[in-house]
This record gives sequence, structure tokens and C-alpha cells, in this order.
Amino acid sequence: MARHTYNLGQVQMKTTIGRRGGMRAAEKPKDFKSAWMMVLRYSRPLKWMIILGIACAVIAVILSLFGPNMLKDITNLIQAGMKSGSFDLDSIVRLTVTAMVLYVLSALITYIESYTMTTYSARLTQMMRRDISRKLNSIPLSRTDSSSFGDLLSRVTNDVDTLNLALDKTVAELIAAAITFLGCMIMMLITNVELAISAIFFAILGFIAMKYIIKYSQPYFTNRSIFLGMLNGHIEEMYAGHVIVRGFNGEEESEETFSEINEKLYVTNWKSQFLSGLMMPIMELVSNLGYVAVCVLGAYLVSRGSIDFGVVVAFIVYVKLFTQPLTQVAEGTTNVQTAAAAAERIFQLLSEEEMEDETGKIDHIDDIENAEVVFDHVNFGYTPERTIIKDFSFTVYPGHHVAIVGPTGAGKTTLVNLLMRFYELNSGSISIGGIKTSDMTRECVHSLFGMVLQDTWLFNGTVRDNLIFGKENVTEEEMIEACKSVGIHHYISSLPKAYDTILTDDSNMSVGQRQLMTIARAMIHDAPLLILDEATSSVDTRTEQMVQDAMNRLMKGRTSFTIAHRLSTIRDADIILVMKDGDIVETGNHEELLNMHGVYAELWNSQFTEGGTI
Amino acid sequence: MLKLFRKMTGKQVMYVFLLIFFLTCHVVMELTVPDYMSDITKLVNTEGSDIKDILRCGGMMILFSVLAFLASITARFFSSRLAASFSQHLRHLIFTRVESFSMEEIDRFSTASLITRSTNDCAQIQNIMSRAFNMLIRVPIMIGYALFKISTRYWQWTAFTGASISLLVGLLIFLIIYAHPKFRKMQYFTDNINEVTRENMTGMRVVRAYNAENYEETKFAKANSDYTENALRARRAMGLMQPAIRFVNNELNIGIYCIGAFLIAGAGSAEQLEIFSEMVVFSTYAARIVRGFMGLNMIFNMIPRAEVAAERLNEVLDTVPVIRDGEKEEGEGKKGTLEFRNVSFTYPGAGMPAIKDISFSAKKGETVAFIGATGSGKSTVANLMMRFFDAGEGTILVDGTDIKDYTQKALRKKMGYAPQQAVLFTGTVRSNVSYASDDIEEKVRKAVRIAQAEEFVSQMDGDIDADVTRGGTNVSGGQKQRLSVARAVYREPEFYIFDDTFSALDYKTDRVLRNTLKKETSGITTFIVAQRIGTIKDADRIIVLDEGRIAGTGTHEELMRNCRIYREIAFTQLSQEELA
Repeated sequence: MARHTYNLGQVQMKTTIGRRGGMRAAEKPKDFKSAWMMVLRYSRPLKWMIILGIACAVIAVILSLFGPNMLKDITNLIQAGMKSGSFDLDSIVRLTVTAMVLYVLSALITYIESYTMTTYSARLTQMMRRDISRKLNSIPLSRTDSSSFGDLLSRVTNDVDTLNLALDKTVAELIAAAITFLGCMIMMLITNVELAISAIFFAILGFIAMKYIIKYSQPYFTNRSIFLGMLNGHIEEMYAGHVIVRGFNGEEESEETFSEINEKLYVTNWKSQFLSGLMMPIMELVSNLGYVAVCVLGAYLVSRGSIDFGVVVAFIVYVKLFTQPLTQVAEGTTNVQTAAAAAERIFQLLSEEEMEDETGKIDHIDDIENAEVVFDHVNFGYTPERTIIKDFSFTVYPGHHVAIVGPTGAGKTTLVNLLMRFYELNSGSISIGGIKTSDMTRECVHSLFGMVLQDTWLFNGTVRDNLIFGKENVTEEEMIEACKSVGIHHYISSLPKAYDTILTDDSNMSVGQRQLMTIARAMIHDAPLLILDEATSSVDTRTEQMVQDAMNRLMKGRTSFTIAHRLSTIRDADIILVMKDGDIVETGNHEELLNMHGVYAELWNSQFTEGGTI
Repeated sequence: MLKLFRKMTGKQVMYVFLLIFFLTCHVVMELTVPDYMSDITKLVNTEGSDIKDILRCGGMMILFSVLAFLASITARFFSSRLAASFSQHLRHLIFTRVESFSMEEIDRFSTASLITRSTNDCAQIQNIMSRAFNMLIRVPIMIGYALFKISTRYWQWTAFTGASISLLVGLLIFLIIYAHPKFRKMQYFTDNINEVTRENMTGMRVVRAYNAENYEETKFAKANSDYTENALRARRAMGLMQPAIRFVNNELNIGIYCIGAFLIAGAGSAEQLEIFSEMVVFSTYAARIVRGFMGLNMIFNMIPRAEVAAERLNEVLDTVPVIRDGEKEEGEGKKGTLEFRNVSFTYPGAGMPAIKDISFSAKKGETVAFIGATGSGKSTVANLMMRFFDAGEGTILVDGTDIKDYTQKALRKKMGYAPQQAVLFTGTVRSNVSYASDDIEEKVRKAVRIAQAEEFVSQMDGDIDADVTRGGTNVSGGQKQRLSVARAVYREPEFYIFDDTFSALDYKTDRVLRNTLKKETSGITTFIVAQRIGTIKDADRIIVLDEGRIAGTGTHEELMRNCRIYREIAFTQLSQEELA
């Protein structure tokens, strides 16, 4: 009885964990070539590393290809010795030493290659991460607020790692494998055509078999990741809803669904593993068959006197060298594909449109103390189809307190978004002290406002860092003074390292203390205008009073915009903006609004009415 | 990790033995192939030998190659079944264990961590099982058997091979000591990077408002470079292995032949051919050993991460839920009654008790409400009624019987619960409302109507069969809350427990919902935890909690008269004249 129907599209999007597994369904990039071209273009500052890396890979392989040839010569010398009775040991030692030198050189150069490629890939992805982090702060909030952006970001974090691994290992490996393959082929053909052809024949046979297996096992891998996604989805859902599962005795039902998916996962799991696991034995078989073919055919040729035995010995090594790259190529192509898909998403993020360049705009305003905030025929909508703030004009006088009220989802944060220029207006203007905010840089607008949000955002770092938060030239005294005035200094002093205590997620800081911290932060930044978002959930009465006092102290002498939840705040406001369905429907002070008998009056009264009609 | 493997079922252990058997077969067959090469070598180097003999040897080589291949794929069959079946088993064990956890264990691990353990860590184990298990068994057999075959009269070869291999062993040890800890540290640095990014994302508005973009970027750059430097050091060291293995692989051949030349030159002519053919085969075996090392290297790379995963899984499996079932299915006293007798409770790890010495009782059909500031212990009362936690001191009686004497199932069957955070599951409106009960359409419709959800449900595509997406993201917060209430109503319970359920509703809906509930499902004892005075004003009894203690009990009017804390709460919410 699986009542939970799954939406495949959704599940696939969420399957981030599945992609971490070792073997996986190959992810197809949209445009393989252009993805890699983008990676190359992005690698321009590191181009010398790529060139060095690839050059080393080529040289190392070529050097190692001479080895078997010398082995052949040594064998022939031994055999000649066995026939004649006099061994040319000097030549053998000389050959051995030469081969050893070549091998040592080849190993050194291989290491240089690996070192270079590791460095290249690490530096490249470091650059990418840096650019992503910069990007994050330079694209408009309208984009980052969308959920698809969050998904993209969390996927990209993994993608960078995927690309890193592919560039570190796979690319050089693929190149080396290709050269080994070609080089071996040439060396074999030069040494003996008949043996070469028989060896190549088996290699091609193996390659075909492998391609076939990969193709055949692909659907199992795809199903596997689908089922894994479903299972993980179910796990997440059940754990997150644990109280309901337990509270409603839903354990059995949940376990049934789990077992059902788990069983399906098991089947696709072993089948896909078995099929892809066939690759190794098949390659071994092919390698063995090639070995046998070379031995037998070689023996035949030797007994006919057309080749030396040394050729056979050399070929035994060649066959081994020759079949090895095939597995690498097969695995490598899958990795390169996945990496290309990862690269596409990374560059998609990196090419997100940024906010317009603002050089030349006003970047500093002095003497803002007594400035009015004027909304002049403001029109705004989150989507072009729907204008939610229509032709809104309004003046806030210096030192006035504005309360923004309305039911949840009425769009109270919209005003904050517009004031702070997080979003751009469709038309009209907002000006502060007579200067349109659109004529200032965003930094300038932001510097005019202090902001305390309901979500008391503190980060992992010291108390000091959290308070000062990027502001320059803040003296110790100023900081302590601010903390004293909001009443948090005493608490901070009681922390193990006072202002240098590092805050972490599990820090024992209460909601109230966090609120006081953010208020102190706004105090330190000392901006003439203020945006406050009152917390809905109350803290204990004493702390609440402290927070309220601190907020009042902060608001003193500053023009403030408050998203208000407390009736006292609303009543004391100089002006109230009532919002509904995104629009500002009424403005005025408490008495005026009540007398309008409109939305505000209804909102105000509804919470006190007993029973009654709706 | 071994501890985890002890959880294998009989069938899986059988797979292990079959696996060992077929892998041994495989190694023996595979290593028999070069033996015939030695025969061929002799034949070729003996004047006038028959080409048929060579072909016969070739035939035997093919035969053993094919046998080795068959043994190998049989082994693969068992190993893939083993890996898949064990990970299935493991996931099931973990999942059912977590499902049996009480809130105490859930809180101890945190939901997020339990999710990672059940998904990522299980995948990690499966990964090592499928990729390394085979090799873990095969490589020692391979190396052992090859060493056995290789032990000839000529110590020079053995010594040379030994020296070459010890180079690899030395390197391997160096990597385990130097690079592996760095790999383990990698997770820490990755978390760090993700943390800074997450921080920047969640605090986006604050970061921009304070023009702190540069500050954040500098911080990120630090995390980024810490990660990169550590990764570089680890990976550069690991990069040594590949060239080293290839070098040993190559030099071994040449070295063996060079030594062979001296041995042959020093031997009598009768023995020369014998040594020569032995040499050809010896080099083949030596190559196998080196190949075995490549496998070992791969396993060693995977083990540290799997080890961590195994530890984390064991932690879950070793945790036994503290809440034990009683035996009773039914209460012995009057139905619909609930009583707290001097109940105290302290959350695990917390210093202060969340509630202290709470006593009250509710008769059938009564509505009892709880109000107080955040942290006053309101929700704790609800959690204890549901037996999500066990009370530390005192007893809770439901229908006259201690709730610890009930089976958890029987107790919760009596409860219609709607939590603070409404939870909806993937499925339909109907499957959510009738959750874990028989699905009767009429009842679903009735519950939806009572919970004031009819209007928006009828507008959804498919009415009560409309899809609910994962986490209920396609309905609003208030709608979720109403469906959550409908689910509680659907059970036709003895008790309703509404833990701050109504705060997401607007005042109007809140009021209508409560009125309808009272009218249509009278006789059900109701507990309401709330923050808004409006929600609880008309309750039969209101219990005011302050820092875990009862600060007042009575009706709204009584409390307004004689409970200071209640008045304080009321005054912050209502204006004086409305309260009068």
C-alpha cells in the first residue's frame, strides 16, 4: 500500500546524494564541446600548466615505450649466448642501465605531470569558487530569492569538486592512455606486423565488448539513481515528520514504503554493479587471449625462424601495456561527460546577469541628518505582469517612525526591498534628502540605513566580528559603548573570551541575546535611517522588555521603518502603512485608520471579537 | 567497520564464502596460464619440437583463461549481490531504528545528521562494498599465490622482486601516515566552505545592507585557500603512487632479465633453457604482484572515509530508544480524562528543568489552554502528553492509567495531534488527512470541512485527490496548518492536542475553526497551546506557565483579575479598553 506517489522530475532534481556514489549513470552535458571550450577559456591564466602537464604526459609515455624493445634485445642477447656459449654481458648491462634510466626519467616526468595537473585543477577550482562567491554578492536579490537559485548553488558546490577530480586525474590519464595506445600500436607494427595484428584484433574485440556493456548497463544505473533519489526523499520526509509518524502510528506504513523502494533499489543495485563489474573480467580475458595469441603465434614464428624469441618477450609486455588504457578510456569518457555537465552548470551560474555597473553615481552623502524620504509615484511588481505597488506617493519626515502592518504574506518586506534598492522600481522614484536612490550607488544607499531583521543573522566568528561586520575604523570604546546602551555588554563580558568569543551554531545564545546583538550591530553602524523587523515570537518578558528598550533607544533621532507586530509600536507610530496582497491599501495614524473602517479597522478588531459573524 | 559487518545475515555470510571460493579459483586459474608459457618457451628453444605441442599448450592457456574468466564473473555475481543486499539490509536496520527513536534520541543526533547517516553514510558503505570488497579478498590471495609460485631456487630474483616491492610498501606507508590524515581533514575544510557560502546566502540582505560583501569575500577566500592548500598537499603526495607503480612494473621486467642473463651465463648448458623459461614466467608473476598493489592502493584510499561512515552508522545502531512500551491497550479509568501529577521534566543536556511540578486534570469534553512566553514550557506539556519524552518526575494519567503502562501505539491512537510546525507528506490531500488510518472519502471530506480547509482544497486541482508536493510546498503555511488539523480530526480521537497550531492562521479563521471544532466534535477533550490570547480566551480553563511553573489557572476573566503574568501577556497584545 504505497500511498506516496512520486514525481520523477522532482526526485531527480533532489538526488544530490546519489551522484556522489562511485559508479553512476553518466550525466549527459547539453553541449560537450562548448562546455570544455569554456573550461579551457577559463583556464587561460593557467595555460602554461596545462601545456606543461600534457607535454609531460606525452614524453613520459613515449619514454616508457622503448622499454619493451630493450627487453627484446636483452632476450635476444641471452639466446644468442645460449647458442654460442659466450654471453655479451656488457651489452646486457648497458641495455639494462639505459632502460632503467629511461624508466626513472619517465617516472619523474610522470610525477611532474601529476603535480602540475593537480596544481592546475586545484587552482582552477579555487578560482571558480572565488568567482562564485563574488557572483553571489553581485547578482540582484530578485534572482537569489528564487528557489531555483538555491538549488543551482547547492548543486554547483558539488559540481566544482566533480570538475576538480576530472581535471586532476581523468584528462591527463585519457591523454596518456591514448598515446600509450597509439605508441604501442606503432611500436608493435614496427617490430612485427603479424603479431601486432593479432594483438590489435583482441584489443578491438575487448573494446567493443566494453562499449556494449556500458550501453547495456546504462538503464540500470539510471534506474538506480532514480530509486536512490526516491529512497533518500522518503528518508528525509519521514525523519523531518518524525513527530507525525510517531504521533499517528504511521511507522508501519512508512516502513512498508521504505522496504518497497529499498527492494527495488537492491535489484537495480546488484544488476548495475554486476554488469559494470563485468568490465574487469572481460578486459582480463581479452588481455589473456591476446597473451596466448602472441605466445602461440610468436612461438610458431620463432620455430619457423622468421623472428627472434626476444620479439615474443617484447610483445608480451606490449600486449599488457596495450590493453590497460582501454579500461581507462572507458571509465574516463564517462567522467569527462559528467564533468562537462558539471562545468555547464558552473558556467551557467557564473554567467548570471549581474547588477548594473554604478561607477559615476553618487557614492557618498554627508549631512543627511534631517533628510526626508520621499516616495514619488512608485510602481513596482516582482513580475512584469503584476504591478503590486501602484503609483504610491508618500513623504516621511525626518525623525518620523513608520509602521508597516498587514497580515502574513501581504508583502511587508516589499517596502524594505525597495527602500534598500534590493529590487529596482518599475517607475517613479524614492529619494532621500532630495537625491534619488537610483542616482546613488547601492553601497551609498545601504550606508544610509541600519537594519535589524527578525531573522537574527549571526555568523560563525567572534562577537567582535559579528558586531563590527565590515565597518572600518570602529574603536573599541565605540563598540563597548553601543553594547552597553543596548544592555548586552554585561552578557558579552561574561563570555569566556568576552568580545573575542567565537560564536557557533551551538553557542548558548538565546533568541533575545541574538536580537540584542543585531541591534548593537545597527547601533555601531550608526546610520541615519533605520529598518526594523519586529520579532513575532515573543521571548521571555524581561528580555522582551530589554529588546524593546534597545530598539527604542536605537530609533531615537532616526527616521525608522518598522515591520510591526506589536500593537504598542503600531499605536505609537507617526504613520502606519497598511498592506494587503502586496499593495499599500491605507495610510495614516492609528486613529485616522480606525475611523476609515477599512482593512486596518477590520484587522484591528478581528482579534477581539467573540464568536460573531465573519 | 568490522563491527558493522557483524550485522550480516546468514545469506550474506554465505555470499562471502562463495565469493572467497570463486576468487581463489579465479586466481589459481589465472596464474596457471603463464605456466604453459614456460612450456612453450622450452618448446620453442628446443630444436625440432612439434608445432602441435605449441598449439596444445596454447589451447590449455585459452582453456584456463576462459575458466578464470568464468570464475571471475561468478565471483562478481556474488559480490554485487552481497554489496547490494548488505547495503539494503543496513539501510533497513538504520531506518527502522531511527523510526523507533523518541524525540530524545532524535534531538541528540539532530534530524539533519540522521538524514546524512541514513543516506550518505549508507551509500559510502555500499560504495566500498561494491568496489573494494572484491579486491580486498582477491589481492591477498593473488599476492600470496604469486609469491608461492615465484619461490624458485634463485634467491637473486626473489630478492630483487622483494626490494622493488618494498619500495612500494614504503611509499604506501608514507602515504598512509602523511596523506591520509589530510584527506580526512578535507571534510572539515569542505564543511567550512559550505558554511561560509550558506551564511552568505541566508544573510544576503544583512550582508548587502551593511556593505559587507568584501568582508564576506575575504572570509570565503580564506576558507577557499585553506581547503585548496590542504587538498594540494594531500593530492600531490598521492600523485607519487601512480608513477611509482608504473616504474616498478617496468623495471622489474628488465631487472629480472638482466639477473637472468647472469644466472644463465653462470649455469651449465643443460640448465640454461630451464632457467630461461623460468625467467620468462617469473617476470609475469612479478607483474601480477605489482598489479595487486595497485588494487591495495585503491582500497587504502577508500577506507578512511568508509571508516568514518561506519562509525557514524554504528552510533545510530547502538542507540536504544529510552522510551519503552508498556503492555496496556486500554485505560482503566474514565475515558477522556487526562491528569498531570507533579510532573517535572528536564531536556537532556539542559541545566534547567523545562517544566517543574506541574499538576492539573481535564475532564471529558473540556478545553484546557496553555499560554506563556517562549521557553515557558508550553510545548513541553504537549510533548509529554504524546509521550515523545518521558516525564522525569511525577505521573501522567490518561483515562486513569499511567501513560507509561500503555503501548505507545495504544496511547497515541487516543490522540489527535497537530504540531507547531505543520508537516505534510508527499501524496494527496486525502492521503495526508487519512494518514495511517483507513481511507474513507466521506470522513476525509468531513475533516477537511471542519478544519476550514474545504474552500482552498476545492480550488486545488483534483479536490481532495490533489497532489501535495514534498514538504507541502504547494500550499501556504496557514493551509498546511489546517490540513494538519484535519488529520487530527480524522482520527476521531479522545483528545486533541494543538501545539501552537493556530498561530499561523489569521484571527478570523482561527476563531471559526475553533467554533466549528467545538460544535462538530464535542466530547473530545482539547488541549491548546497558544501565544495569542484571542485563541484561548474562551477555553474552560487557561493554565499560565512561567519558566516551567504554573503561574495561574482559571478562566480569562479570573486570570485578568488575579494573574499578573497573564495580564502582562494580555497587555502586550490587546489594548486596555478592549480588555475591559
